[in-house]
Amino acid sequence: MIWQLDLMILTLVVICALVTINIKDLLGASVVFGIYSFLMCLLWAEMGAVDVAFTEATVGAGVSTIFFISAILRTTRRSKD
Amino acid sequence: MKALALLATLMTGALLLYGTRDFPAWGDPQSPASSYLSPVYIEQAVQQTHVPNLVTAVLGDYRGYDTMFETVVIYCAGMAVVSVLRRNREE
Amino acid sequence: MREIKEYTAGEDLIIKTSVRLLVPFIQLFGLYVIVHGHYSPGGGFQGGVLLGASFILLALAYNIKTSQEYLSIGVNALFSNLGPAIFIGVGVLCTVFGGLFLDYSALDLLIPLGPVEWRSFGIFLIEVGVGLAVMNIMVLLYWNLSSGGNMDEGL
Repeated sequence: MIWQLDLMILTLVVICALVTINIKDLLGASVVFGIYSFLMCLLWAEMGAVDVAFTEATVGAGVSTIFFISAILRTTRRSKD
Repeated sequence: MKALALLATLMTGALLLYGTRDFPAWGDPQSPASSYLSPVYIEQAVQQTHVPNLVTAVLGDYRGYDTMFETVVIYCAGMAVVSVLRRNREE
Repeated sequence: MREIKEYTAGEDLIIKTSVRLLVPFIQLFGLYVIVHGHYSPGGGFQGGVLLGASFILLALAYNIKTSQEYLSIGVNALFSNLGPAIFIGVGVLCTVFGGLFLDYSALDLLIPLGPVEWRSFGIFLIEVGVGLAVMNIMVLLYWNLSSGGNMDEGL
């Protein structure tokens, strides 16, 4: 575990989480959420939990982003609030 | 109202961060989790199951119920989506 | 329904060709992840998601009808029910042969391989069940979500 790398990835994770909450465009929010999942995958892999990282990369960054996008295309794109 | 929500979130986060101070260090061999059950798995899993990957041995054999209900949860999610969304062509 | 037309990008030759070349390798990697889960990171869940993602990629690049030529709706429904049935069936079979539920060493009475070898092979059997279930339910979720339940067109 390299703590400098950890700190860098964690900072990016927090930034991505805040952007996902605050962005108005739902398609952009789902893409940024995919980036968040991929950064979490990097964090797991860097801490030695390779199986969890693999699951996060396939499910979180891969399939769930597609599900979000295909659900968003059934709605209006921008959030109202 | 927004300031109150921010205050509540910050207080909860501070409490959670305060709670992590009592956690054992990352990868600590003396921590409670890795002093009773983990050595048994690490020493005996290969002899008992002939599976070199410990994670697979624990998920598939020692904790088979967890994996079974994980599959059942995925199955229930699929069935829920189908029963809500699926339309037959006649309608 | 009218929202869909606005975002449809149309079919693209480069995407279609690269997906056609990529899908067999993704499926091969998914099978490798399932059967090699005893020795390397991976297992039924991850391999099943990879196998499902290959069909989702086919449906994204072409259309849902094309992916249903390779994995028809009936086969999809059969496999998504067969996956949990394999898992629970192996567990019940263990109790039939006198062991506890999901205690694979009891299956030694069925085919004598040795109890330890059976624990390894039983893990492989349930991984296949998990992989089948996850693959087909991921594809089913995508078909239903993207086409709004009609299973014919969308994205």
